[in-house]
Amino acid sequence: MRLVLHVWRQKGPDAPGRFVAYEAADVSPDMSFLEMLDVVNEGLIVKGEAPIAFDHDCREGICGACGMVINGRPHGPRERTTTCQLHMRSFKDGDELWIEPWRARAFPVLRDLIVDRSAFDRIIAAGGFISAPIGSAPDANAVPVPKENADLSMDAAQCIGCGACVAACPNASAMLFTAAKVSHLGLLPQGQPERWERARGMVERMDAEGFGSCTNHGECEAACPKGISVLFIARMNRDFVRARLTEGRRIAKAGEGGA
Amino acid sequence: MTAITASLPRLRLPYVASTIGRKVVMAVTGLVLFGFVLGHFVGNLTLYLGPEAINHYSEFLHGFLHGGGLWVARAVLLTSAVLHVWSATSLTLESWAARPKGYRRWTAKDSTYASRTMRWGGVILAAFIVFHLMNLTFGNAHPDYVRGDVYHNVVAAFQVWPVSVFYVVAMVALGLHLDHGVWSMCQTLGLSHPRYKRWARGAALGFALLIVAGNCSFPIAVLAGWVR
Amino acid sequence: MNLDARIPAGPLSEKWSRHKFDLKLVNPANKRKYSVIMVGSGLAGAGGAASLAELGYRVKCFCYQDSPRRAHSIAAQGGINAAKNYPNDGDSVFRLFYDTVKGGDFRAREANVYRLAEVSVNIIDQCAALGVPFAREYGGLLDNRSFGGAQVSRTFYARGQTGQQLLLGAYQALERQIGRGQVEMYPRHEMQELVVGDGRARGVVVRDMVTGEIETHLADAVCLATGGYGNVFYLSTNAKGCNTTAIWRAYKHGAGFANPCYTQIHPTCIPVTGEHQSKLTLMSESLRNDGRIWVPKRQGDPRPPNAIPEGERDYYLERKYPSYGNLAPRDISSRAAKQLCDAGYGVGPGGQGVYLDFSEAIGRLGEDAIREKYGNLFEMYERITAEDPYKVPMRIFPASHYTMGGLWVDYDLMSTIPGLFVLGEANFSDHGANRLGASALMQGLADGYFVIPYTMGDYLARTPRTAVAADHPAVKAAEAAVRERTARLLAVPGKRTPTSFYRELGKLLWEQCGMARSRAGLERALAQVPALREEFWRNVTVTGEAGELNQSLELAGRVADFLELGELLCRDALAREESCGCHFREEYQTEDGEAKRDDERFCHVAVWEYQGADRAPARHEEPLTYETVHLATRSYK
Ligand SMILES: Cc1cc2nc3c(=O)[nH]c(=O)nc-3n(C[C@H](O)[C@H](O)[C@H](O)COP(=O)(O)OP(=O)(O)OC[C@H]3O[C@@H](n4cnc5c(N)ncnc54)[C@H](O)[C@@H]3O)c2cc1C
Ligand code: HEM
Ligand code: HEM
Ligand code: SF4
Ligand code: F3S
Ligand code: FES
Repeated sequence: MRLVLHVWRQKGPDAPGRFVAYEAADVSPDMSFLEMLDVVNEGLIVKGEAPIAFDHDCREGICGACGMVINGRPHGPRERTTTCQLHMRSFKDGDELWIEPWRARAFPVLRDLIVDRSAFDRIIAAGGFISAPIGSAPDANAVPVPKENADLSMDAAQCIGCGACVAACPNASAMLFTAAKVSHLGLLPQGQPERWERARGMVERMDAEGFGSCTNHGECEAACPKGISVLFIARMNRDFVRARLTEGRRIAKAGEGGA
Repeated sequence: MTAITASLPRLRLPYVASTIGRKVVMAVTGLVLFGFVLGHFVGNLTLYLGPEAINHYSEFLHGFLHGGGLWVARAVLLTSAVLHVWSATSLTLESWAARPKGYRRWTAKDSTYASRTMRWGGVILAAFIVFHLMNLTFGNAHPDYVRGDVYHNVVAAFQVWPVSVFYVVAMVALGLHLDHGVWSMCQTLGLSHPRYKRWARGAALGFALLIVAGNCSFPIAVLAGWVR
Repeated sequence: MNLDARIPAGPLSEKWSRHKFDLKLVNPANKRKYSVIMVGSGLAGAGGAASLAELGYRVKCFCYQDSPRRAHSIAAQGGINAAKNYPNDGDSVFRLFYDTVKGGDFRAREANVYRLAEVSVNIIDQCAALGVPFAREYGGLLDNRSFGGAQVSRTFYARGQTGQQLLLGAYQALERQIGRGQVEMYPRHEMQELVVGDGRARGVVVRDMVTGEIETHLADAVCLATGGYGNVFYLSTNAKGCNTTAIWRAYKHGAGFANPCYTQIHPTCIPVTGEHQSKLTLMSESLRNDGRIWVPKRQGDPRPPNAIPEGERDYYLERKYPSYGNLAPRDISSRAAKQLCDAGYGVGPGGQGVYLDFSEAIGRLGEDAIREKYGNLFEMYERITAEDPYKVPMRIFPASHYTMGGLWVDYDLMSTIPGLFVLGEANFSDHGANRLGASALMQGLADGYFVIPYTMGDYLARTPRTAVAADHPAVKAAEAAVRERTARLLAVPGKRTPTSFYRELGKLLWEQCGMARSRAGLERALAQVPALREEFWRNVTVTGEAGELNQSLELAGRVADFLELGELLCRDALAREESCGCHFREEYQTEDGEAKRDDERFCHVAVWEYQGADRAPARHEEPLTYETVHLATRSYK
C-alpha cells in the first residue's frame, strides 16, 4: 500500500519546526511502523537528505524508547501497543498520517520526533526506589508478600517509562508514570519504610519538572501501552495526603522508639 | 545534554503549593459547594408547596440562630467558592503552560465532554452565581423584587423567559461540572478503588442528572404556568 | 599476552570466600578519592555502578539510550536462575554449577562458574529487597519454574518481563545514587575510544549524541558492561542499538578477545517476513514447556497446519531426543530446525520456519490455563503475525540471540589491560560454548552486585595512584582518533546507505558463520568480509554533520566496527576445528549429526590479540583444567 506522511521535522531544540510531507510507497502490511519509517529514511539518505530522527531500541515494546503521536494518538491507533509493535496492517492504502513528537514543556524536542525525557529519571531519583544497599538483603522468602499485592504491584511495575501518558494528557501531566512507581513500591512490604517520603519526594520533583496537574481525564490510561490504570493515581493521591497528615505522628513514634 | 547528576534537593514546599495539595483543596471545597447545591435544591422544592411553605422556609433560614446560622453558612460558602476558584485557576494556568505547543491533530479517547469542559463550565457557573445573587438575594437584577416574598421573587424572575433560559443553560453546565467533578473528587481524595470505580462514575452521573432535572423544573414550571 | 586467570588456590567450594579474604581493601576514608567509569547501565553496569557508589567510590556511568532504564537487559523475558532449592527438588549450588558447565559443553572455567552458582542465591535476596515483584505462590512465597531444559525448577520470574523487573531494580538503586550525587549519569553518550596511558586504562572518550561534542573522562579504573555483539548478524533478538564499539576499541588497545565464535542462536523466534525486517522477536523459551515442535513429514507440504493429520507430522525433537524432547538445549534444537528447513521441510513464507503447537496442551490443560501462563507472549505473537496461536500453531525459527564470547577477563573480571574491567555479556567468562536459559541475567547481576565491588577495591588498593593529565599524549591521541574517524565517515563520497552494508554483512555471516560452519564457507567469508569493508569505506554515504544529533552517523560507526568484528568471528570459527556447544563445524560431527568435541586439541579458551590494521591477529590459548567435573560427552537423548 501507499501512504502520505506529514512528519514533524525540527533540526534542534531551539530551531523552529515544521511538517514535511513524504510518500511511503509499496508498504507491506507486515512491516512495523518503524520499519516503514526505516524504508522512508533509506530513500532520504540516498538522496543525501537527513533521515527522520526517532528514538527506538528494543523494537519489542519493552524498552520504552520509541513513541510518536500518530494522527492524534500517542503510539498510534492500536490499544496497548507501542509504536514499534504497531504494524502497518492497522492502516489502509491511501491513508494520510500526521506524525508528531510528544509535546510537553517537560519533554523538550531534541530533534524531529526525539524528545528529552530525563525528567522521568529525576522523578525516580527523587524517591522511586527502595534503599537496600547491595549485600544487605535478608533471605528472599523471609518476607512473604500476599499474591494479590505482588500481582497488583507487578501491574504497576510494568510501566516502560515511554511518556505516552504525558503526551496523551490534555494537561501534560506525569501523574500516571509517577503513580505507577509509587504504587509498585508502596504495595510491597519492602517498600513500606520509605512509603510516605517516596510519594512526597516524587510528587514534588514531578511538579518542579513542569508537568501539568491531573484533572482525571483518563487519556493517559487509554494511551498507555501497558494499560496502567488511573486507579493508581488515586492511590498515589492518598499516599501523598497521608504522608502529610501522618507526618507528625510518625516523627513522634520515631521519638518514642528512640527513647 | 550534560550529565543528570542533579544531586536533588528535597524541595519541601508548603502542601498547597503542590499540585495534589491544590487538587485536594478543590475537591474539598467542591464537595462543600456540591453539598450546598444539593441542600439548596431540596429547600427550593418547597416552591411546589405554595407561597407559605417557601417563605416560611426562607424566614426559618434567615432567623436560624437569630440570623447567625445563615452568616456562618454564607462565610463557609464564600470561602469555599473563593478557594475553589483559586485552586482551579492556578492549576489551570499551570497546565496550560505545561504544553506550550499543542498537537496539529488530536483524537480524544477516554476523556469526556464533561471532563474537557470543567474549566469553562466553571466560569459559566461563576457568572451564574453572581447573577443569581443579584437576581434573587439582592434583587438589584430583578423586575420587581419584594424582600421576604421569595415565592413572588422566584416566579416573577422566571416569567422573564431570557432569565429562565439562562438558568437552564447554567444548570446544564452545572450538571456537566458535577458529572465529572464528583468522580474526579473520588480520584483526588483517593477514594476510588477497583471495586467501586464504576459505582463512583454512576453516582456522579446520578447526582448530576438529579440536580439538572430538579433545578430546571423550576423555571420550566413557571413558564408553563403550573406555578404562578 | 599474559593470560593468567589468577584463579585462587584451594577446593572449588572455598575459592571465592578465601579470595574475598585475600583481596586488599580500600580504607573507607579513601574511597571517595577514587573515581570509576562504568560504561553501560544494564544489569551488569547499573548493578556495578550502584554497588560501587554505595561503597563510596565516585562513579561516572554512560549509556547510549536516553535513560539507563532502557538498557537491553530490559528485554529479557523468561527468568533468572538461582540455586535456592525452594521447591526442594534436589537443586544445589553444585548442581547449578554442574548444569552450567555441562550446558556450556565443558568450555568454561570451573572456578568462575562455581562462583556464579554460589552468588546466585544472594542475587534473588537482593532483588527481592530492592522491590522486584517476582511471581509468588498464594502463601506469599516465591514461585519457581523449570526453564531451558533444566530438570529442576530453579528459575525465578516476573510474568514474562523478568529482565525488565530486574533491571528496574538495579536502575532504581542507580538512580538513588545519582540523586545522592554519588554517580554522574551520562545518557545519550556513546563510548568511542578507550584511553590507555602508561599501560593502564585511564578513561574513555565519548560522543555526546545530542550535541555531537567529543568529551574525555578520566578515572582510576574503567569498567565495560556494554553487552553482547549478537547484532553482528544484523537480524537478531538484540535491541537495534546493541553494538561492539566499546569492546572493539578495547581489543584494538590490546585487550584479548576470547572465543568470538561462540555465538548463540535461539530456537524460538518469530520468522522473518521480508526484506524490510529490522530485527527479530524472541518468543520466550518457556513456551517449550507446553508447546510441541513439528514439521510436516512431506517436503513442501502445502496444506495449512491444522489440515495435516497427526500421522503426517514429524515431532523431530521428541523423536531424536526422547528424554529431553522439546526441551533440548538451544544449540541442539536450533540446529535441528535449520537442518530440516534446509532439507525442504520448513513451513511458512520461504520455508524458513517450524511449528510450535499448543493444541495438545490446550486440550490437556484448557485454554485458560495456557492464557494464564503465556497470555502476554501469545498476545505479542498475534500482534506481530496477525495469527491466533490459540487456533493456529506458532511458526518459529532460530535467530542470533546471545554471545558467549567477549573480552577475556581473569577471575577478578579484569581484562589483559590493567585497570580495564569487563562485566556481563561483554566478557567471555561463564557460559563456555553455550549459555543455558536464565543464566545471563544471573551472570550480569553477579558481576555487578557481588564480584566487581570486591575485585575493584583490590585493584585500586594494589595500584599506585598516578593520574594522567588531560594533556597526556594518550588522551590527545584518543581524542584525535575519534575526530579523525568521524570526519572520515562523513567524508566518504559514496552511494550506499550504512544499513545496506549492514544487511549484507549480516546475511553473509548468518550463512557462512551462523548455526553450522564449514571450512569452505568460512574461507569464503574471510574473503568476502574484508572486500565488503573495503567497499564500505569507499562507497558508504553518511548524511549530516558531526556536531549534531545524527543517527546515520551513529549507525555507520557501529557498522564499521561490525565489519571488522565479523572477520575475527570467522577466523575463530575456522581455527576451532571441533564442534562444541553453539559452534558447529560440519566437518566435526558424529554419524547421527551430533557435535563432536575435540578435548585433546581444543579444551582451551582461544584469545585473540590485535596486531595492527594490516596484520592478522595472534591467537593465544588459555588451557581449561577441570579439577572437579570430568569431561563427558553431552547427551540429551
Ligand atoms: C530478547 C532477549 C531475551 C533474553 N532473555 C533472557 C532470559 O530470559 N534470561 C537470561 O538470563 N538472559 C536473557 N537474555 C540475555 C540477557 O538479557 C543479556 O545477556 C543481559 O541482559 C546482558 O546484560 P548486560 O548488562 O551485560 O548488557 P546490556 O543489558 O545489553 O547493557 C548494555 C549497556 O551498555 C550500553 N552501551 C553499549 N554500547 C555502548 C557504547 N558504545 N557506549 C556507551 N554505552 C554503551 C548500553 O547503553 C546499555 O546500557 C535475553 C536477551 C535477549 C536479547
Ligand atoms: C465558581 C466557579 C467554578 C469554577 C471555576 C470551577 C472549576 C473547577 C475545576 C477547574 C475543577 C477541576 C476539574 C477536575 O479536577 O476534574 C473543578 C472541580 C470540581 N468542582 Fe468546580 N468550579 C466552579 C464551581 C463549582 C461549583 C458551584 C460546584 C458545586 C456545585 C463545583 C464542584 C466541583 C467539584 C465537586 C469538583 C471536583 C473536585 C476535583 O476535581 O477533585 N465547582 N471545578
Ligand atoms: C433553578 C434553581 C435555583 C433556584 C430556584 C434558586 C433559588 C434561590 C433563592 C430563591 C434564593 C434566595 C433565598 C433567600 O433569599 O432566602 C437563592 C439564594 C442562593 N442561591 Fe439559589 N437557586 C437555584 C440554584 C442555585 C444554584 C445552582 C446555586 C449554586 C451554584 C445557587 C446558589 C445560591 C446562593 C449562593 C444563594 C445565596 C444564599 C444566601 O446566602 O442567602 N442557587 N437561590
Ligand atoms: S505509565 Fe504507561 S504511558 Fe506512562 S510512561 Fe509508563 S508505560 Fe508509558
Ligand atoms: S490524562 Fe491527564 S488528567 Fe490525569 S487522568 Fe491522566 S493524567
Ligand atoms: S523500541 Fe523499545 S519499546 Fe518500542
